[in-house]
Amino acid sequence: MKIVAVCGMGIGTSVLLKMNAEKVLAQLGIEATVTAADMSTARQLGFEANIVLTTPELVPSLQGLPAEIISIDHFFDLAELHRKLSAALL
Amino acid sequence: MVVDSREAAIVRVGELLAASGRTTAGYTGEMLAVLNELGPYFVIAPGIAIAHARPSESVLSAGLSLAVLAKPVEFGSDHNDPVRMVFGLCAKDHDGHIEVLAGLAEVLSDDAQVNFLLNASDAGRIHEYLASVL
Repeated sequence: MKIVAVCGMGIGTSVLLKMNAEKVLAQLGIEATVTAADMSTARQLGFEANIVLTTPELVPSLQGLPAEIISIDHFFDLAELHRKLSAALL
Repeated sequence: MVVDSREAAIVRVGELLAASGRTTAGYTGEMLAVLNELGPYFVIAPGIAIAHARPSESVLSAGLSLAVLAKPVEFGSDHNDPVRMVFGLCAKDHDGHIEVLAGLAEVLSDDAQVNFLLNASDAGRIHEYLASVL
């Protein structure tokens, strides 16, 4: 399982998203690598990833990737991540 | 602090990064350019924005600044407006500031700590608190 967490710059918001996604994946018992990436890197990595996690504003720019795109409204709400990741993966 | 626009809030956290020697003055413009280019995607939780630009020559060392807004400001985020806390983040590369971000994620995941930051009576107390946990 490969997951890419995407933000505009790849240094801030995507890193926060990656950290909380890893926590939730561990709770769910799912083995996955989560990579934080900026938009342009994500467009490359996205072709190999199963899932792309990002913010609602960036979803339109990521359309066209074969990965499933999941948008997260509240990065620090583990319940939202838990609900959306389990719906996609379980 | 009171500001009347999202741009003014970003200018303020940019000034704080420059004043503490973490960036040159040019970094503020780079953060504003991100807002213009990609929109307010960095408003990542209710009331919380983390403004930043990519690593560049304007960044002297990794840093974090914070403006707590006495009057909430609309950033244009569908889910998370209005914004009450604006962080400014700068980094020299993709990895050097990870521990600080991990600490910040812990703080911002906890309502009690978020409320403490929102309601602290002065900047000194916020600084002291964040310095102790990040």
